Amino acid sequence: MSKANLLERRSVVSGLLTERKDAIVVGGLGASTYDIAAAGDHDRNFYLWGAMGGAVMIGLGIALAQPELPVVVITGDGEMLMGIGSLATVGLQKPGNLTIVVLDNEVYGETGGQASHTAATVDLVGVARSCGITDARIIATMADIEAFAPSIQGVSSGPRFVSIKIDSANLERVLSSRDRTFIVTRIRGALGFGPI
Amino acid sequence: MHARADALTENAASWPEDIFAILQRFDVRQVPYVPDAGHSQLIERVLGSPSMRAVPLTTEEEGVALLAGAWAGGQRGVLLMQSSGVGNCVNMLSLTQIFRFPFLTLVTMRGEWGEFNPWQVPMGSSTQGVFELSGIKVLRASHPDEVREVVEAAAGQAYDACTPTAVLLSQRLIGAKVFTK
Repeated sequence: MSKANLLERRSVVSGLLTERKDAIVVGGLGASTYDIAAAGDHDRNFYLWGAMGGAVMIGLGIALAQPELPVVVITGDGEMLMGIGSLATVGLQKPGNLTIVVLDNEVYGETGGQASHTAATVDLVGVARSCGITDARIIATMADIEAFAPSIQGVSSGPRFVSIKIDSANLERVLSSRDRTFIVTRIRGALGFGPI
Repeated sequence: MHARADALTENAASWPEDIFAILQRFDVRQVPYVPDAGHSQLIERVLGSPSMRAVPLTTEEEGVALLAGAWAGGQRGVLLMQSSGVGNCVNMLSLTQIFRFPFLTLVTMRGEWGEFNPWQVPMGSSTQGVFELSGIKVLRASHPDEVREVVEAAAGQAYDACTPTAVLLSQRLIGAKVFTK
């Protein structure tokens, strides 16, 4: 059963992406990718079905290549923990257009709900801050999600890091495309890049 | 301090300059790296280049993911690392097979050719095999006068044909690391 006062992941993600405009959105392996798909398929969605620990770095690569576009990485606590060093790399590069959102349910939901480190000890916002991402915060209410969503559009005020405690209910999967060349070619096409 | 046998800092080798020129010509923009003495001259050139973004990493696998993102965003990149870092990349290398993006990595070799430190030997010995098992083409340069040709071929097949490619820069080329007290 879900704990009280935790946010529901699909509402959080659709709330963040309602006014996404030209933003590129990277979804980490697992439920985050389903959440992004549930919020609506989009030419600029980068769905990950593997490469655990790589979501933030993929976002950084896009953010450095497209500094005028907002880039949002949405991932889970387990995926973030596996690539935790990438927060140090982002803190050094300081891309103004990158926002990292961690949907923290404190468990590995895809594999049976085993507890993650955030359930007991790890403070992801503290990690982000100590890596040099000064705009790092916890969001705990839907009103604050709504208030925060427009700041994703800022391309010179990042990097931003947000941890959102969500309930650990396993929702029905909303499957995005798994066709990898389609996914990346579609994003490149949306940005004006043709095939080789 | 550890110095390379051929003291790169005192007598700059020409092959890192050859590599830098090739990267410029291919419009390489993002250069993630984990430092290695064998790459130090090239890293210095990248850090001083207005068109290239040097991205120091905490672990090499970050660089594989970064380059996948760079490609999605319309830029080319190259990952600089040492042979021991190749083992850190294994699962992330699946991105090169998934996206068939123009992945190029330049790897300075340890664990061969007069290696003093036995701890470098296991990963140095499996570096080429790890790449090949991961579906990445491997080219090698062992002499200064072949670096330009080899890196040019690698960059051509990586960037123009989206064929993921690694260049191994032999310890024979770089010079075995000298451990002095």
